[in-house]
Amino acid sequence: MSVKASSAKDVVLARVREALQVPAPPPHLKSHDLQEAAGISNARPAGAVGTFKPLSIAPLDVARPWLPEGGQTPEERMHILCDNLKRLKAEFHRACHLQAAAELIFSIARERDWQRVAYHRHELVDPVASALHCATVCVGEPASFDKRALEQCDAGITACESLVAQTGSILVSSATCGGRSLSILPPVHIVIAHIDQIVATLEDALHDAKVRHAGRMPSMLSFITGPSRTGDIERILVLGAHGPKELIVVLVGESP
Amino acid sequence: MSVHDATTKAALPAEAKNQFLHDAAEHVRDIDHRSFVRKALGGYYVTRDSQKAKYRDWEHARDAAALAKWSAVNRLDELLPLFVTNFEAGGGIVHFARDAQEARTIIVDLVRASNAKAIIKSKCMTTEEIHLNDALEKEGYVVVESDLGEFIQQLRGEPPYHFVFPCMHVRRGEISDLFQKHLGTEPTQSPEELTMIARRYMRQLYVDADVGITGANFLVAETGQISITENEGNARLTAALPRVHIALSGIEKVVASLADLAVLLPMLATAGTGQPMTCYNTLYSGPQKNDEPDGPREMHLVLLDNARTAILADPEQRDSLHCIRCGACLNVCPIFKNVGGFTYGTTYQGPIGSVITPHLRGLSDWNHLSSASSLCGACTDACPVRIDIHHHLLHNRRNAVRASPKRLEHIGHQLFAFVAARPWLFAAGGKLFRWSLGFLKKIRPPLLRQWLETRDLPPAPPKSFRQLWKERS
Repeated sequence: MSVKASSAKDVVLARVREALQVPAPPPHLKSHDLQEAAGISNARPAGAVGTFKPLSIAPLDVARPWLPEGGQTPEERMHILCDNLKRLKAEFHRACHLQAAAELIFSIARERDWQRVAYHRHELVDPVASALHCATVCVGEPASFDKRALEQCDAGITACESLVAQTGSILVSSATCGGRSLSILPPVHIVIAHIDQIVATLEDALHDAKVRHAGRMPSMLSFITGPSRTGDIERILVLGAHGPKELIVVLVGESP
Repeated sequence: MSVHDATTKAALPAEAKNQFLHDAAEHVRDIDHRSFVRKALGGYYVTRDSQKAKYRDWEHARDAAALAKWSAVNRLDELLPLFVTNFEAGGGIVHFARDAQEARTIIVDLVRASNAKAIIKSKCMTTEEIHLNDALEKEGYVVVESDLGEFIQQLRGEPPYHFVFPCMHVRRGEISDLFQKHLGTEPTQSPEELTMIARRYMRQLYVDADVGITGANFLVAETGQISITENEGNARLTAALPRVHIALSGIEKVVASLADLAVLLPMLATAGTGQPMTCYNTLYSGPQKNDEPDGPREMHLVLLDNARTAILADPEQRDSLHCIRCGACLNVCPIFKNVGGFTYGTTYQGPIGSVITPHLRGLSDWNHLSSASSLCGACTDACPVRIDIHHHLLHNRRNAVRASPKRLEHIGHQLFAFVAARPWLFAAGGKLFRWSLGFLKKIRPPLLRQWLETRDLPPAPPKSFRQLWKERS
């Protein structure tokens, strides 16, 4: 099997190299500058085949000014984030300090009569989890991970890596936010974040993640943009398809 | 729950074309079906346009997305090996498959080696392309599609109708009946309740499954991560709870850097469904790491060629590999809206499907799809990565004629050229035609029969344009 697999690899890679011997013209672009840049990277010295120079200009550098706004100042970012979360039908709260966040989640849990809530060890999450009236499940060591117990929980509380104003997304990772299941299996997902974690754009969030996990990416990084949803039945929006029906974001910290 | 695929129907040459003509005629007559599909897509335009307005310039953003894909596809010889090295550094195992058969064998072997009893799957068109479910079921495995639309299609025994909205043609009442029959649930007319039925049914299956199978939307060469886009959370669960995660992807999904996703993820969502971002955009770099609480112990990635390198070898149509499968070209296509998704008989429907299917499965049998187009260019305008879709349909037509010249058409063109170059003959021909219109309507000669089935010939005007023009001056 391994012999066969490696030969398939060689065959496919050889086909790719062979196929790229003839250059393809750049796409028709609206921007003249870009068209020119693309033309340069596609130009080859006579007789040299299959040598495609990387673009002199990164696609993102081109796109940055044209993508949706992420905000220049902390105030703007906060405003855009709130607006996006509202449109995504996520629940959004501000808390001036962690104690207030803990009280808020306590009252939500009480009101909805939650029996069991899952969380993971984190400086922003611990005080909230320990203030709860109900039973808690701490997702931690791989050896003790119990997916059946987690499935029985009414809510999962996690931290996040960053909040993206531009799209209203929350970036979680398997390394820093309680693994893969905690933020997707329970029917309610609560995110406790500090206002300093707000970034303007997806680009910033991806860049920060790359720096934070330099050389050792977590096995999962996930942008969560609103509660789980589907439009599969007559294109009518329904929340809570398979993931959380509710996404509750609590931002801790004084106004920027 | 065997999924009989419409794509297997067309075994003989000409059969695919005849089936297309037959099904298209049926669908065009079905006014209810057409208005239902139009209504479902009507909302798409509204949400997409309001989200597009959030971009400071959508057209320039399209330039960037097109460049990201163009430069990646044209550097695939560098980026694909780089991706493989980086992905394997994360602990995942890469398998290459030259064709569908090889991919099926690899995946069936992986499933067997993992002693799997239950398999859960999230939506992946590439698995439809290789008919993976049939292969696994033949080996005795039960595969459950977890995406709501795919699940409904699986219960109905039908392939997806639209590669982004798999069951957009099904009414809620039919879904209620379907769930009542297969899951024993109470009938309901509420989309919300129907969704919750599927949610409840699927929960235990995620927990019990040994193997999770997903697709991939992007392969990031720089970091060796695969990116999966979805709305329901089913792919997240599929890649979180089972012991083994198997992902299947075409080799053309490679992008150079993580930063490219900052352009492509929002544009995929906006073009596809009018969202700012789809709900879950997840990057996987391998199996669970030691210090992570959960996740699969093994991760396998099957990289499929299956004629993609043949498209790559055609510089004229190489850009059809830029496709990010957003489905925008289907949503705006007047042909799709009239003939419906099943008529195509292909895994990938609509304009982009008509471009790539002849490459994937043979130009001679699938060229008719390239003629099923008004060449209006709505698809090209909608494409977030600027694939020149409607020109490629013309290219396919040209290539098909080159491969097997149509003698009758050629004679027709020569005849017309002969007549058009002789004004007296042209005038005489016009007169003859006006005079014979009434007869043609009655006789219905074979050449015109298909046209006359759904259309009336107009009454012949008494005078030709040339006569009228002469009288004016």
